[in-house]
Amino acid sequence: MILINNVISILSLTSMLFFIGLFGIILNRKNILITIMSIELLLLTINLNFIFFSIYLDDIVGQVFVLFILTIAAAESAIGLAIITVFYRLKNSIELDIIKKNIIIKI
Amino acid sequence: MYLLLVFLSLFGFCLASLFGRHLGPRGSGFITTSCLFVSLLISFFVFYEVALMNCPVYIKLVTWISSEVLNIDWGFMFDSLTVVMCVVVTFVSFLVHLYSLEYMSHDPHLSRFMSYLSLFTFFMLILVTADNFVQMFVGWEGVGLCSYLLINFWFTRIQANKAAIKAMIVNRVGDFSLLIGIFVIFMSYKSLDYATVSALTPFLKNEIINFLNFNFNLFTVIGTFLFLGAVGKSAQLGLHTWLPDAMEGPTPVSALIHAATMVTAGVFLLARSSFIYEYATNILSYIIVIGAITSFFASTTGLLQNDLKRVIAYSTCSQLGYMIFACGLSNYSVGIFHLSNHAFFKALLFLSAGSIIHAVNDEQDMRKMGGLRFLVPFTYSMIVIGSLALMGFPFLTGFYSKDLILEVAYGKYTLLGYFSYCLGTCGAFFTAFYSTRLIYLTFLSKPIGHKQIICFAFDSGINISIALGCLAIPSIFIGYYTKDMIVGLGSDFFGSAIFTNLVNINIFDAEFINLFYKLLPVSLSLIGVFLAFFLYSFKLKLLFELKTSIFGKKIYNFLNRKWFFDKIYNEYFGQFFFKFGYTTSYKFVDRGIFEILGPTGLSLVALKIGSSFHKMQTGYLYHYNFLILVGITIFFGLRELWIVFKLFNYYSLIFIIFMVIFFLINYVKLEK
Repeated sequence: MILINNVISILSLTSMLFFIGLFGIILNRKNILITIMSIELLLLTINLNFIFFSIYLDDIVGQVFVLFILTIAAAESAIGLAIITVFYRLKNSIELDIIKKNIIIKI
Repeated sequence: MYLLLVFLSLFGFCLASLFGRHLGPRGSGFITTSCLFVSLLISFFVFYEVALMNCPVYIKLVTWISSEVLNIDWGFMFDSLTVVMCVVVTFVSFLVHLYSLEYMSHDPHLSRFMSYLSLFTFFMLILVTADNFVQMFVGWEGVGLCSYLLINFWFTRIQANKAAIKAMIVNRVGDFSLLIGIFVIFMSYKSLDYATVSALTPFLKNEIINFLNFNFNLFTVIGTFLFLGAVGKSAQLGLHTWLPDAMEGPTPVSALIHAATMVTAGVFLLARSSFIYEYATNILSYIIVIGAITSFFASTTGLLQNDLKRVIAYSTCSQLGYMIFACGLSNYSVGIFHLSNHAFFKALLFLSAGSIIHAVNDEQDMRKMGGLRFLVPFTYSMIVIGSLALMGFPFLTGFYSKDLILEVAYGKYTLLGYFSYCLGTCGAFFTAFYSTRLIYLTFLSKPIGHKQIICFAFDSGINISIALGCLAIPSIFIGYYTKDMIVGLGSDFFGSAIFTNLVNINIFDAEFINLFYKLLPVSLSLIGVFLAFFLYSFKLKLLFELKTSIFGKKIYNFLNRKWFFDKIYNEYFGQFFFKFGYTTSYKFVDRGIFEILGPTGLSLVALKIGSSFHKMQTGYLYHYNFLILVGITIFFGLRELWIVFKLFNYYSLIFIIFMVIFFLINYVKLEK
């Protein structure tokens, strides 16, 4: 019941977390791993939101969605990490700037 | 038969131009000349029937324009004013045709020349016989067109081309205002027939018309515009510059167009619209001033011209000034009388000049002639008759009309009357002077030309001699014979053709002016003759010293260069319009504003915006992410701000904002 009374605080927590993740993507210019971590954070925030609303509205569907999203997040990070690995094998680096440079050189 | 008078010349034109190749030069010349001869005979008959028997003829041919209230017919009106013009036009034109047969006989394009001459005559006849303003305008434009074709007859010469274009354009300035005048007439009278307009005129006396946001009296507006038309056609001061340049055409053309027919159209228009001018007295005073100044200006300019034809052209200009101010003094009949007399002796002068030019191997400069009186005696006698008639020698044709004009000018007893009398009398003196100068330099002085030319100088053949002889007779007698009929006291010759307000009639006053002022013009002319003769025969050295003195040089330049009118027109008006046409309307508007707003500017803006959008795709992942964030923010933000934007649903405001942004972008682009 505490949750229900503190709607604003919980929502602001989740949105703050969301924006932290967002700014993590935008402001990060070096490391691609941090980008992936930020994406994970975004998904996490959304999960939190879903859970909160599922409890708040007393509806199970939200938690079902959270389970799905968890699976998808796991799959996504696995695929993303795989792509990074492949990329690292090719370029010997995972810096974001180098990605761009290489693309231009390729073209 | 009345229609035949008008359309025979068109018939001649059609035959000579369409079948000139088959008829050959002699055949087409014969056909056009005989057509004109028949039409001359008819016009004599018409003159007898209409003018002498006093029965005007009105012929309605077909309806031309019939649209609601605008009703224009192809109608022909033969009243005494028209038939006087018809006789003059056909007489001079027939003799010019005859003359050209020999004068142009060596030209390979004789049939074209004859067809143009006939077409010109046809349009002039249309002009004088029309019974409404629009049909008159057909003739008005037609003679302009034919003057272009005829001046430009030797189209390979650049000077002829330029002169023809100048004639056409300067005339067109006047034609434009004539058109405006006709429009105003239609707007206020709802009719363009002379008969209707003249009948309605007294009722519109106090009509006010709004022109260019000013309120004017109706007749002031109409009178101004019709007069400006006449200024263009009759080569009055301001639009006179085309007339001397038009001497580039063959000499018969000058005789036909610039002496007898085309330039008289302006005077004819004034006489024809006398019913309007009689109620527009303030415009009449302007007409007097312009006419008087023109007569003075042209006669002074004629003093020091060295080209044989130009002297005569300026004397035409000067005589037209006399006619115009006679019309301005409300003595339209006197103006028309001078017009008809002038046509005869001016045609004689021009044709004689052509004969001289023919004799001395196409040399036109008077300074290179001299001593021709024994070589071409017939032409000599003819040109002396013409010159004496021109300078108003007593009891020749010019005397009766020119002195009458000056008498009525003095007899007006107004300031403007005295003004025109003074300028006209000075003009008469100068006219006598330059006529004598012309004769002296060409015939009486010692031979100056090349020996080869002088040796082979000869009097012209039978056709030219007949034409000159036929013109010399009316040059001597016609003034005396028709004076009492046309301008005699109490003569009802013009009847209803010319309307003169009773207040303005002053021919009786002119009869009783001081004897001194009656004799002054004639005596001044005689003094001019003797002075010129004396100076050129015995005091050549004095003249030379006068000419080469510092002050004399300036005056000589001033008069020889036509008062610098051409210079001023070319340098200020011509150059201004050329510059305006190139810099402003071409470079600034057409290739400037329109292109920036149109193809160049728009495509550049599209390119610029496109490239700036292209630049957004930097290739950095974090930039894309940032753009996604910004986009989402704007999207949601706009959704909230829409409440505010709803207030600004004035599309004009949005359009203005768009245009301002557009121009700013372009401005930035141009600054680069």
